[in-house]
Amino acid sequence: MASSMFISDPVTNNMERARDSSKRRKKKKFQRQSGGGGRDQITQNLINNNNQILPWKSDAQQQVYSSKLLQALRQVRISSDTAPPRGRAVREAADRVLAVTAKGRTRWSRAILTNKLKLKFMKTNRRQRGAVVTATGNSRLKKPRVSILRLKTKNLPAVQRKTHVLGRLVPGCRKQPLPVVLEEATDYIAALEMQVKAMAALANLLSGGSSSSSGSGAGAGGMISQPPPSL
Amino acid sequence: MSNRRPASSTPRITDEQIIELVSKLQQLLPELRNRRSNKASASKVLQETCNYVRSLHKEVDDLSDRLSQLLSTIDNDSPQASIIRSLINQ
Repeated sequence: MASSMFISDPVTNNMERARDSSKRRKKKKFQRQSGGGGRDQITQNLINNNNQILPWKSDAQQQVYSSKLLQALRQVRISSDTAPPRGRAVREAADRVLAVTAKGRTRWSRAILTNKLKLKFMKTNRRQRGAVVTATGNSRLKKPRVSILRLKTKNLPAVQRKTHVLGRLVPGCRKQPLPVVLEEATDYIAALEMQVKAMAALANLLSGGSSSSSGSGAGAGGMISQPPPSL
Repeated sequence: MSNRRPASSTPRITDEQIIELVSKLQQLLPELRNRRSNKASASKVLQETCNYVRSLHKEVDDLSDRLSQLLSTIDNDSPQASIIRSLINQ
């Protein structure tokens, strides 16, 4: 295995692994859980919940995510050519890589990955409707005007109302019952925290590294191709 | 039966399961972690969860903007860096 050779330098280890993982990253396999047996799935997930959350906090998971993120960002750079990459493109790439890292075991990760495909087909429909669609990448930017008016009826109890709101925030969890939303939110929050940590570390690395030493700065330069000249 | 019941009243989801899920979620939230899990109601936990998810989303947005700026800066530097390097090496 090529990755076993680069053990000494952890930073360049990430960069080398990024190049290796690009060859393997082509196909994404979704592990479809049984959608029909919702009740049994929830009891099972209650047991497995801790096993699912803890991996998000491990360093190995963060390194996997960072290396894949670098790959995706490289593609964003290449595809945008002369124009500077927009923040939204980076955001969508980061979310996509996060969903891939989740290996498709959770609803939100599958929803992110399938929404990517939906957006390409539904672009014309989105312009015609003009309202918020299921695309989670856009629903964060636009204010959900239509659905809030519906939800602020006095008939709905507070918990159910908040479940709806939370279901909108977590991708793929609209119209899901409370236990599903709770469980997805638990995993999603852990994943988001890891995403924030990884992206912050990457940003620090690219900007010259206040937290890292100069050695890692050189490692990052080696990744990008040309290090900035030190005169 | 042509009409189905709303999804939230699915049978066999016990209250205990929901309570356990809520408490697990509460452990993740920075706001409510200090308090004992008995004291936070489900409504409050949900509210804090929404707020926390929104703040995390915003943080990711800010980081993406920062990363995109950094990437464009590096793009501008690399052709110049290669030119300067060739000049220096001669």
